[in-house]
Amino acid sequence: MSFFSYAWNWVSNGANWHGSDSIPYQLVAHLGYSGLPLLIASLIAVPAGVAIGHRGGPAANVVINIANAWRSIPTLGLLILLAVYVGVSTTAWLVPLVVLAIPPILINSCEGVSEVDPDVRDAAKGVGMTTWQQIIRVEVPIAVPLIMLGLRTSAIFVVATATIAAYIGFGGLGRFIFDGLASNQYGPVAGGALLVVILAVLVLILFTGLTWLATPVGLRKRAKTE
Amino acid sequence: MTWSWIPQNGALIWQLTRENLYLGVVPALIGLVISLPVGILAARWRWFYPPMLALFNILYAIPSLALFIALIPAFGLTDTTVIIALTIFSLCVILPNVVAGLRQVPASVKQAATAMGYGPVRRLATVELPLAVPVIFAGLRIAVVAGISLASIGQLIGVSSLGYLFIDGLQRSFPTEIWVGVVLIVVLALACDLILVAIRRVLTPWTAARS
Repeated sequence: MSFFSYAWNWVSNGANWHGSDSIPYQLVAHLGYSGLPLLIASLIAVPAGVAIGHRGGPAANVVINIANAWRSIPTLGLLILLAVYVGVSTTAWLVPLVVLAIPPILINSCEGVSEVDPDVRDAAKGVGMTTWQQIIRVEVPIAVPLIMLGLRTSAIFVVATATIAAYIGFGGLGRFIFDGLASNQYGPVAGGALLVVILAVLVLILFTGLTWLATPVGLRKRAKTE
Repeated sequence: MTWSWIPQNGALIWQLTRENLYLGVVPALIGLVISLPVGILAARWRWFYPPMLALFNILYAIPSLALFIALIPAFGLTDTTVIIALTIFSLCVILPNVVAGLRQVPASVKQAATAMGYGPVRRLATVELPLAVPVIFAGLRIAVVAGISLASIGQLIGVSSLGYLFIDGLQRSFPTEIWVGVVLIVVLALACDLILVAIRRVLTPWTAARS
């Protein structure tokens, strides 16, 4: 039997859809494990990225290089390290996922703002906008497609990686995977993996739609003609 | 920290480091070898690229752990499973950069090469690809750094890597072991990153002269 037949047999089994540790319950838990870190990471990384991108210069390069190196931190290692130090608490799953989500948002927000056409910046200054107005009304709207790309990448990473929170005893869709591995049952392992994949693809579609909605109308048209 | 644990387990740590390096770097290299010809074709035939990019966006969304699991029936709990999954990941990162790198070569440069009598193959090999190197390497660096980090997840399906130190350290509630794993993965990834930056400098001597 292939991965898909195992996964489908398990997912389509009605017994897995009822009760306290059922698919709907873990799905909702998984969304919680993903949503909170993403929210915290965007509250930190979008303003920081925009501020750094606005200043530009060598500092922006340094920050981008640090954020790139940051990607090498193994999420599983950080999760387990925290679990050993602080026990199975919210900190243990929240911190690694926030750490994971920050680099793509930071890098893309920074690049989006720093790549705004200098002529457009000059024009904004020329019509008498304050620095604050330039950032909020000109630079950020132009950077929206890249900022959203960063959010999308992080959202996908976090949804995918929230799975491993179950390894140290939390819920979420990873519960099925690790319980299945521990009891040598491939059905729940494959089914859990399939649900994570479906969820990640839904997040991809959701963010593609959100990006279109958040992009200023004028920029949408330009993207089409290019 | 129990520092004495490190020299006592030097052989184990060295073996896990080599395995982790292998699992992280080989997929990125395979990804590069596949991305170059496919990317060259995609940069030429524009219709070929949007559907392929959509496919890779979806593949990129698939968690490595889920991909490992999906490959188990075919390849078992082996290195091959991890390498194939990470190769798919590296393709998603490298291929778009090959296409973007080739497309950003200015038309005037290509016309100049043609005017100097360069045929399409010679122009590609000696003008377009070298100019695309910085963008291609940006993708390759992400593939290698993320690959080395993701390889440790393979330990969850029993494929040996520095991830072993995480799991063994958790079972024994022994932070030193986990720290060693985390630090070695970061050091390994950064060392590979530096090597790639050095190779890129050698391949594109003009960028150093400019900055």
